[in-house]
Amino acid sequence: MARKISIKQAINEAIDQEMTRDPSVIMMGEDIVGGSGSFGEMDAWGGVLGVTKGLYAKHGSRLLDTPLSESAYVGAAVGAAACGMRPIAELMFIDFMGVCFDQIFNQAAKFRYMFGGKAQTPVVIRAMVGAGFRAAAQHSQMLTPLFTHIPGLKVVCPSSAYDAKGLLIQSIRDNDPVIFCEHKNLYAMEGEVPETSYTIPLGEANVVREGKDVSIVTYGLMVHRSLEAAATLAKEGIEVEVVDLRTLSPLDLDTVLDSVTKTGRLVCVDEASPRCNIATDISALVSMHAFSALKAGIEMISPPHCPVPFSPTLEDLYIPGSDRIADAVRKTLQKGKK
Amino acid sequence: MSNITPIVMPKWGLSMKEGTVTSWLVTEGTNITVGMPILDVETDKIANAVEAPDAGLLRKIVAHEGELLPVKALLGVMADTDVSDADIDAYIASYVTPAVDEDEADAAPTTLRLDVGDISVRYARRGNAGGTPVLFIHGFGGDLDNWLFNIDAVAEKAEVIALDLPGHGQSTVRLPGTSLADMANFVARFMDAINVPKAHLVGHSMGGAIAAQLAVTQPNRVESLTLIGSAGFGDEINSSYTSGFASAASRKELKPLLEQLFYDPSLVSRQLVDDVLKYKRSDGVEQVLKTLSEALFPGGRQSEKPGLKLGEAGKRVLMLWGSDDKVVPAAHAKNAPKGATVELFDQAGHMVQMEKAGDVNRLLVAHVTA
Amino acid sequence: MPSNPFPLSKERLLEVYRTMRTIREFEERLHVDFSRGDIPGFVHLYAGEEATGTGILCHLGDGDRIASTHRGHGHCIAKGVDVGAMMKEIYGKKGGACNGKGGSMHIADLSKGMMGANGILGAGAPLACGAALAAKYRNKGEIAITFVGDGASNQGTFLESLNLAGVWNLPVIFVVENNGYAESTSRDYAVSVDSFVDRAAGFGLPGITVDGTDFFAVYEAAGEIIRRAREGGGPSLLECKTVRFFGHFEGDAQTYRPEGEIENARANIDCLKKFAAQVTSQGVISAAELEAIDKSVLALIEDSVVKAKAAPLPTEADLTTDVYVSY
Ligand SMILES: Cc1ncc(C[n+]2csc(CCOP(=O)(O)OP(=O)(O)O)c2C)c(N)n1
Ligand SMILES: [Mg+2]
Repeated sequence: MARKISIKQAINEAIDQEMTRDPSVIMMGEDIVGGSGSFGEMDAWGGVLGVTKGLYAKHGSRLLDTPLSESAYVGAAVGAAACGMRPIAELMFIDFMGVCFDQIFNQAAKFRYMFGGKAQTPVVIRAMVGAGFRAAAQHSQMLTPLFTHIPGLKVVCPSSAYDAKGLLIQSIRDNDPVIFCEHKNLYAMEGEVPETSYTIPLGEANVVREGKDVSIVTYGLMVHRSLEAAATLAKEGIEVEVVDLRTLSPLDLDTVLDSVTKTGRLVCVDEASPRCNIATDISALVSMHAFSALKAGIEMISPPHCPVPFSPTLEDLYIPGSDRIADAVRKTLQKGKK
Repeated sequence: MSNITPIVMPKWGLSMKEGTVTSWLVTEGTNITVGMPILDVETDKIANAVEAPDAGLLRKIVAHEGELLPVKALLGVMADTDVSDADIDAYIASYVTPAVDEDEADAAPTTLRLDVGDISVRYARRGNAGGTPVLFIHGFGGDLDNWLFNIDAVAEKAEVIALDLPGHGQSTVRLPGTSLADMANFVARFMDAINVPKAHLVGHSMGGAIAAQLAVTQPNRVESLTLIGSAGFGDEINSSYTSGFASAASRKELKPLLEQLFYDPSLVSRQLVDDVLKYKRSDGVEQVLKTLSEALFPGGRQSEKPGLKLGEAGKRVLMLWGSDDKVVPAAHAKNAPKGATVELFDQAGHMVQMEKAGDVNRLLVAHVTA
Repeated sequence: MPSNPFPLSKERLLEVYRTMRTIREFEERLHVDFSRGDIPGFVHLYAGEEATGTGILCHLGDGDRIASTHRGHGHCIAKGVDVGAMMKEIYGKKGGACNGKGGSMHIADLSKGMMGANGILGAGAPLACGAALAAKYRNKGEIAITFVGDGASNQGTFLESLNLAGVWNLPVIFVVENNGYAESTSRDYAVSVDSFVDRAAGFGLPGITVDGTDFFAVYEAAGEIIRRAREGGGPSLLECKTVRFFGHFEGDAQTYRPEGEIENARANIDCLKKFAAQVTSQGVISAAELEAIDKSVLALIEDSVVKAKAAPLPTEADLTTDVYVSY
């Protein structure tokens, strides 16, 4: 069997293999190497959680530590991408997107269209998303809907090591800007990952569990919460299908509609704040395209509409758990047509 | 209570740990004969019918439909009428599922690796050494997991080796050449590398053509041949399958193609599609498959037919075919060399070794131990 | 009674010492409690940098505002935020400075003019400009101060703020706490000029660099520019060269620092040791007086930890309060 590695290692390997394969791939970010300019160890950090550790030894100056200037270096990555490079910019926490958003949504996202199809911006912006790290309101957000709202951006959020590697390689090779969202609480999760390079197309959802009674559509960490809920429900004789969107833009609506057409019931689970998020989007699209297939009203599970609290007690209440998801599934089964 | 015979969850292939009972095909009170399909089990790899390994009167069904159970879990109990119900209940109550020995599994890797020239080959080797080993060669786009239901069964009687051909499975994504001779020579070099001078070759589909090619060109390496749904015996081949398989990029495109491999398309589980998709998404695989398919099956015809020269090789040949083979027509069996044993299976498609595993294994064991 | 050569009265000197010692012990205690697993999340410790925050903030009153950084505990204490409330906050408890919702990186107390530690680097500078703008309208001589690390000084928000402050002649002070590192990246790698004073000059702002581990140097330089700001003389930049005794955050192995750097700093440029030597050598304050403060500070910290541990956890009802104003 293929060896098992963590999501963190899978991401490291994807970057490593692409840097080896393609000299136009470069990477930049704060402390992605670590120790720059100091008299101690170089490559001391490899990113704040060590995801890129070791890459400097292999690829040297193609990894650039940056000043603490997201607007400048993310913008520079975008500019370099428009001029033939394939930069990966690491933003540490997605919350920092606030300081460099213009370069992403007015620049990178718009070039291809605004320039009449004559430009392309193959940049990947990696950032950690999600709560559960006791990192409070400015380091814990799931800001995916901000990006899916912007035409021209591709948005990826893997839930497994296999997907992380294949999606990241595809993101690097992709000729559009990709926001690559890494859930910090999934980094340690292990899975079987081939040693060779491979790609997973952007815009392809994955049915991670098949079932005939209710569809759960989700992504990221919530895939695992949903699978836990599905396992509990299976003991009650309820067969849940879990669809992992994997890519949020472009969206694989076909797979969602196929699933809902089969089950007739839908629970959307999203770790992003509840207003205008991925869950509301999927719900609206399913209502529009598969209303007649629905046997009951759609359920949505998201955190409450508040910032991410610091206190572990509150944060644990904030993050949707498998119990809430399982309850939503039971609820949709009690409602509507049989 | 030696007069009680348990029916247990089988272990199919290298990685199976558990399976779900999808349905029972017999009821309590049925007189079961060896090889009779008695229940359907689904694993994360594939769904299939469990064929009875022993005969007996089915007294009690233990595993219910929908239950997910570990390998060797008790599924049912067979016993003669003179065994009391109480004894059977006691047997069930005291049955302990033997733990799958993780250490043992870890200590003996399920697959091995070896460099043959610039190609790293994944292969499996099991059963007791001594005697002429049986070498399994899969078909176009396949890998050694195609022998999921066969390797362990045959390994009880003979040493068994199965490889991933170059550009296939988990071997290096590179071809030693695109002709059957190139592939056959590679197999011979692989045999050299593992110190196997001679083997009973078992080939499926394109693997059958490779085996035949080797028997024709290097007969001293081949003890006998077992050819399953084999290429190399006629012109026709389902080109929508071969070229479609090479280019299919999504589950949607791939699933209907894989369904063409089976008589019963429901055997194609999500996991099977996923596994093939994973293989196909490795860098270079699509190109390798296209190159190979264009060389061996240009314009939907088979370019090489070594099977027609097998008569001169003078090997014992067992030829197995599903009468519903939608990839290589079963009619090609008529071109079998003189003296070959030919068996056609009803209700079986191209993957006879999976769909009729029990029968195939029995015939295979008899053929290689004869 | 020897005469007092210092710019502060003995009582104020004792107060200053108490503040610096409180910051030090607060951080040393967190270091221990964090490694024991008692404290969730990230904590960035201010130990080593006490003279900077204290030397500046002891000039301020509650009406003056500060915008702090991720390394904010020292600023909070020097600005008068209750230590017990801070400890509860860091433990994520009810009754914490932010009711457990903010944690270490977001401690704030608006009533003390503390506009919050900040998890977004560089974000404090524009906020301080806003506070200074408000002060300007109020016209009571209040000022605002923003702290920024050597690393965060490279943020666009910070550089834009220098310009804005100059354009509007705001009563705001930009304090660059230059501890040589931004996470693991050295200041020399990441900052394109040799002196932050040159940066200020580029925006037409006066700037000055001081030894941030020397309380009196900081105190005097800050006093000068704060007075100017209060009097309508506009913004300035103050660079304090200082040192971080701990890792960037707790858990940082710090292999990027040369061997002996921290030991050397603790031995030779510890701002508390320097201060103690200065005031005792002049005979203004006795070692015994300082020891008495040390003792009472330790007791205060111990008490704050005991109370923080005993404090109730927030409950589900707290989760969605204070998102919007409630009428
Ligand atoms: C906008 C933004 N970018 C990056 C970070 C991550 N980060 C937190 S602290 C830090 C280094 C700060 O260095 P410096 O400004 O010198 O302050 P110090 O930690 O040395 O006190 C970084 C990069 C952040 N919190 N916010
Ligand atoms: Mg610093």
